[in-house]
Amino acid sequence: MKPHARISAALRDANAAGKTGLVPYITAGYPDKDLFIDTLRKIAAVADCVEVGVPFSDPMADGVTIQRASQQAIASGVSLRWILQQLEAAGDLGVPIILMSYLNPLLVFGYEQLADACLHSGVCGFIVPDLPLEEGDDFRAALDGCDLALIQLVTPATPPERMKILCAASKGFVYAVTIRGITGGAKALPAEVPAYLDGVRAIAEIPVCAGFGIRSAEQVASLGRHADGVIVGSALVEQLEAGNDPTDFLTALR
Amino acid sequence: MQVELSAAEGRALLTRLLGGKLPDAHGRFGPFGGCYAPEALMPALARLEAGVKQYLHDPKFVAELGKELEQWAGRPTPLTPARGLSKRWGAEVYLKREDLAHTGAHKINNALGQAMLAKRLGAERVIAETGAGQHGVATAAACARVGIPCIVYMGAIDIVRQAPNVDRMAQLGAEVVPVESGNRTLRAAIDEAFRDWVGDPEGSYYLLGSAVGPHPYPYLVRELQRVIGKEARRQITEVTGGLPDAVVACVGGGSNAIGLFHPFLGDEKVRLIGVEAGGRGPGLGDHSATLTNGTPGVLHGCYSMLLHDADGQVQETHSISAGLDYPGVGPEHALLDAIGRVSYTTATDDEALDALQECCVAEGLLPALESAHALAGARRWAQKNPGTRVLIGLSGRGDKDMPTLTKVIGRDPYAGNPHSEAPAR
Repeated sequence: MKPHARISAALRDANAAGKTGLVPYITAGYPDKDLFIDTLRKIAAVADCVEVGVPFSDPMADGVTIQRASQQAIASGVSLRWILQQLEAAGDLGVPIILMSYLNPLLVFGYEQLADACLHSGVCGFIVPDLPLEEGDDFRAALDGCDLALIQLVTPATPPERMKILCAASKGFVYAVTIRGITGGAKALPAEVPAYLDGVRAIAEIPVCAGFGIRSAEQVASLGRHADGVIVGSALVEQLEAGNDPTDFLTALR
Repeated sequence: MQVELSAAEGRALLTRLLGGKLPDAHGRFGPFGGCYAPEALMPALARLEAGVKQYLHDPKFVAELGKELEQWAGRPTPLTPARGLSKRWGAEVYLKREDLAHTGAHKINNALGQAMLAKRLGAERVIAETGAGQHGVATAAACARVGIPCIVYMGAIDIVRQAPNVDRMAQLGAEVVPVESGNRTLRAAIDEAFRDWVGDPEGSYYLLGSAVGPHPYPYLVRELQRVIGKEARRQITEVTGGLPDAVVACVGGGSNAIGLFHPFLGDEKVRLIGVEAGGRGPGLGDHSATLTNGTPGVLHGCYSMLLHDADGQVQETHSISAGLDYPGVGPEHALLDAIGRVSYTTATDDEALDALQECCVAEGLLPALESAHALAGARRWAQKNPGTRVLIGLSGRGDKDMPTLTKVIGRDPYAGNPHSEAPAR
């Protein structure tokens, strides 16, 4: 199966089993660099896909939790190169891995070399929060060459015409940002979220995952009626920070 | 990963630039620029671009802005023949006095223009970042004048070193939010301003203070700052009957420099010199000389030159002047460097301090530490090219730098100043 199709299939399989797809996010090598692969294995055992954050010095779409995690991970020596090496050494984790990275680390690594390295590391796709569709041609061409996904984000502010274009361009899944704001925000999701997600799902031909501000089993249950999967980031990072076992937290979410 | 442009490509790009064709439809200045923004901001940036197209060159808007610049902001600013510096340097030195613009720096040109644009676009609040505090003060003043609430993000380190400006912003009705994240200077303040904007892209207007950021900001800021060079070119021609041999400005993000340089780009014989902050020296983390030492990268929405490591992590910078303490630079400067139309050089902290003290005693003017870098670069050039005519962008006044100056130089104004003749004591 092509790497980007693995992502879609993992979410569809979860849905077929009557579950909402679960896509946890962790910042690579945080809070403990030595435990990166161990933590990833635990999370992979209960998740359908895993989003691995490449730390960046200036995460302008992220809230305080991921800022803090990124800063510490960089200080402890985590880099894109290190992450790819660790993933390659770990072998198949049983779920598709998605790298979430700001553009600059990818640009500096080199798109072609990166796409090639992904094929050896179990990485099936990318989420790049500061790479809008219009600037993505070069990177997309490199990823397409290896059938890797470039996952597009849509937001409640995305106009209808643009929504169609973004959904058509996305691979793996469509990342539907639930709130106006950065990651790790609002405790309560806005009332218009279900209608918004239904709207995205009506357009997208691939699964739709809801992300930003998702923290509780109640939210997962209610969003699960309107999205194929949910992304849980800051809330999980906070659990790891507190030294809690990710398995218990993630299992309790659905 | 370098951007290589052939001589022919360089000439073609300069022709397009002079013909008003850059940035192009994709917001690019040749290879540089673009719009690398979070999806949440794309509709807001599209609205801003439409607003810029609709108003920026609309005769009614231009007339209204021109009137405000004259009646409220104090334009045109004078061109001062620097008699003392001319004598010392063996050159014919002129200073374009942006320090005499309202709020004490060139920043007001951009802040006023954008605040008026924000009002036209129906913004409910304005967000701004500030490094030295000059853009924050200018934005606070412009927002008060125009009548829009204003929030200014400022790095915690800058709040300490530019304390007088923090109080000025508060008096002008702005809410100043200290930024404790990241490196706690200008770069972190921009990150935080973007985060705020992502949360309210419809109601808020992000009033970016330098010629950086996603398209259309580098274009918008350049157009609003061009007034500096337009006035200066006319003034120096009136006073001397000719053009200068060299035009010198300091470059952090590069807004005052792009504004001063732009009207001279077509004057082939005029040497254009941008002076970056050389800080403590050439080691990574010791300076903010992006064009001199950087490589291409993406930060804060644009592809330009950047100070970053082999993993793409943006590096800490240092400069004694908060306004130059930034790891990126405007994409148009990156192009002007790549095609060789502007020469970029550096001045160290010590050279800037030295030039500041010399300007104080020779001209009776206290320049901003940022502007002192331009003075230092100009002095070096003038001494190598005796008898030439040099125009320097005095981008701001140095009152805001008193806490730093007092700390670094001490209270004795003559201590460590090789250019002054201390009176007998």
